[in-house]
Amino acid sequence: MKPRYKRALIIIAALAVIGVAALLILNALNSNIALYVTPSEVAAGKAPQGQAFRIGGMVKDGSLKRDGLTVHFVITDLVKDIPVAYTGILPDLFKEGKGAVIQGRLNANGEFIASEVLAKHDENYMPPEAKHALEQAQKNGSNK
Amino acid sequence: MIPEFGHYALILALCVAIIQGVLPLIGAHQGRREWLMLARPAAQTVFLLLAIAFVLLAWSFYTNDFSVLYVAEHSNSQMPVMYRLGAVWGGHEGSLLLWVFLLSTWTILVAQLSKALDEFMVARVIGVLGLVMSGLLLFILTTSNPFERLLPAAQDGRSLNPLLQDPGLVFHPPMLYMGYVGFSVAFAFAIASLLSGRLDAAWARWSRPWTTAAWVFLTLGIALGSWWAYYELGWGGWWFWDPVENASFIPWLVGTALLHSLAVTEKRGGFKSWTVLLAITAFSLSLLGTFLVRSGVLTSVHAFATDPRRGIFILIFLALVVGSSLILYAWRAPKSSLGGKFSLSSRETFILLGNVFLVVSAGSVLLGTLYPLLIDALHLGKISVGPPYFNSVFVPIMIPLLVLMGIGPWTHWKNSDLVAVIKRLWLAALVAVFAGVTIPMVMGDFTWLAGLGFLLAFWVIASGCLQIIRQAKTGKPTRSFIGMQVAHLGIAVFVIGVTMVGAYQEEKDVRMSAGETVSVGGYQIQLQGIQAERGPNYLAMRGTFLLSKNGNIEATLYPEKRNYFSSTMPMTEAAINVGLTRDIYVSLGEELTDKSWAVRVYYKPFVDWIWGGCLLMALGGVLAISDKRYRIRLKRQAA
Repeated sequence: MKPRYKRALIIIAALAVIGVAALLILNALNSNIALYVTPSEVAAGKAPQGQAFRIGGMVKDGSLKRDGLTVHFVITDLVKDIPVAYTGILPDLFKEGKGAVIQGRLNANGEFIASEVLAKHDENYMPPEAKHALEQAQKNGSNK
Repeated sequence: MIPEFGHYALILALCVAIIQGVLPLIGAHQGRREWLMLARPAAQTVFLLLAIAFVLLAWSFYTNDFSVLYVAEHSNSQMPVMYRLGAVWGGHEGSLLLWVFLLSTWTILVAQLSKALDEFMVARVIGVLGLVMSGLLLFILTTSNPFERLLPAAQDGRSLNPLLQDPGLVFHPPMLYMGYVGFSVAFAFAIASLLSGRLDAAWARWSRPWTTAAWVFLTLGIALGSWWAYYELGWGGWWFWDPVENASFIPWLVGTALLHSLAVTEKRGGFKSWTVLLAITAFSLSLLGTFLVRSGVLTSVHAFATDPRRGIFILIFLALVVGSSLILYAWRAPKSSLGGKFSLSSRETFILLGNVFLVVSAGSVLLGTLYPLLIDALHLGKISVGPPYFNSVFVPIMIPLLVLMGIGPWTHWKNSDLVAVIKRLWLAALVAVFAGVTIPMVMGDFTWLAGLGFLLAFWVIASGCLQIIRQAKTGKPTRSFIGMQVAHLGIAVFVIGVTMVGAYQEEKDVRMSAGETVSVGGYQIQLQGIQAERGPNYLAMRGTFLLSKNGNIEATLYPEKRNYFSSTMPMTEAAINVGLTRDIYVSLGEELTDKSWAVRVYYKPFVDWIWGGCLLMALGGVLAISDKRYRIRLKRQAA
């Protein structure tokens, strides 16, 4: 085989690999990205329908209720409240009055069914997304 | 005074590092021998100064000197000594000090072990390392000084994050950093050879063991981190595609590609430009990884705002390193890109293909890691890219790579009869298909993904065994050959572990009170009771669980929920019964009403094979480094 063809073949093979990978990436990015939504946006009906998304905010004081392994609590940006239900073991740093990020979907009653509750490794750490939601809500509040 | 001496040592180290970075390079360019000769003593001085700084910081931790800000923030008088010393690298400033200390360790190792190499080359390598060192020391001194005073001194320290109070902290970061930093040697060799225009097989032969050594450390570091997350974080997973984990995995993937590409350059003189590019990339990604992780940029772009100087310095430094090396590369790299004639069915082709897969997979992980940052920076909203993305992109790219791994080692350099190779492999293919069908059946649940995992793992194993048999017939195999086989076997063992855990693990979150039993994976776990216990700096609730199978008691497990005095944060300490074919993992959730507890139990088949596989890969690397051809040269130089 001529060197020219050989090189062309190798380049084509490499491009094919990259092309397939790009397809995989685009496909995966489309279906596996979770959008961050603030509680106010959820209340305004701006949450994605039929798709998992994430809410950042504070766990409202006094809202935590246990029902066996299922936990009900309220996540808030101090303007709007969203009720949440989660079944399973909460992370160590989950606490009332602290920031949290949860992933899941809204059910028909407007309750957020969480599949994952995330809290970071450090007690003094506020998830930036939770902070963002609070700031956002405050800004909108002062504009009114 | 002690911290001031430390600070002073760092300043001196910067001055000497600048000498080490500038004079030997100019000397090599202009042929001034006396400037060349400065390289080694300068590197030794920097090492000495950094060792002093490091010991002094450790001393401040040991003596609980809370007038040092960094100590006050990361230690506490109640902490056991081992963790006080581990806390030296428990934060941003100290871990950077560890970074530069390890960099200078690699530098003097190069200086000591390269006496047979021509002086110009050594001077250039040490010079490039000196430049990198200067940049990092400047970064430490201007933005992250670990010796900064806190006046008036704190009464007591804020303590280390309880998650980090674990033997894992003592070993994981130094291992990982040895790997990260080790790629700087490969980088320095690449840059030095670009500068001298001597990109030849000798250069590849020199940088190969160094690259392998760095890769071994990185492999061990990542495996340790994964194991640590598994038993310490109480989540029971071994990999989360967390940005911080990805930051260490991306350089590993590129480093693996570099190892293989270096083999071609050494044996056949081919792929020179590609190898150089990989060396530059691997080190740049290591830099990116360390900085992104430690500066907090990865969790959010807004972390830049907390200390803008750090972020900007990092960006400028990275841009300088990457930019100047790429300019040099564009200017000096040999024009013929692949070099050395080889046919399509040759080992070169297989290595090249494997390289493409590795680099593409590294790119896809990098993209997933940086994508949320990019979207946020462009104000397009906030998103998260989760494990499903990585699994659905990364796994498919690895499948053809594993197929290639079974064939590649059979091929010859330059030209190979592919039909003959495939004819030899029919037995391996048979074994692989058999394993892929029967193992899932034995485990009781056939899924295509599990079948594929076993098929690929046994394909690699069977192909490796056949090669070893053939090699043993023709003569004594070299250490390199054995190393390669062991490392590839490690990959297969790893794949078996991942497949088993992925397909057959059982997880249960249950509510238990004393006397109750939960069964998982054919085991019964009974809660005996939960009592309060006191540790050196924490109070714990400690559960006692009895693990039994078919009525035979196998072990007693003691998971804990700890409350550290210096922190309001509870800590879950999981209890794990380790076995060759399965782990049983029990961790305590929180106390529910009426004295019952939330408990999480896992049955994890073959999970330890994941880390066992990593150990084998590292062992393979060590065997390859100990190959005779590297030692012969050492002997010759000694004579």
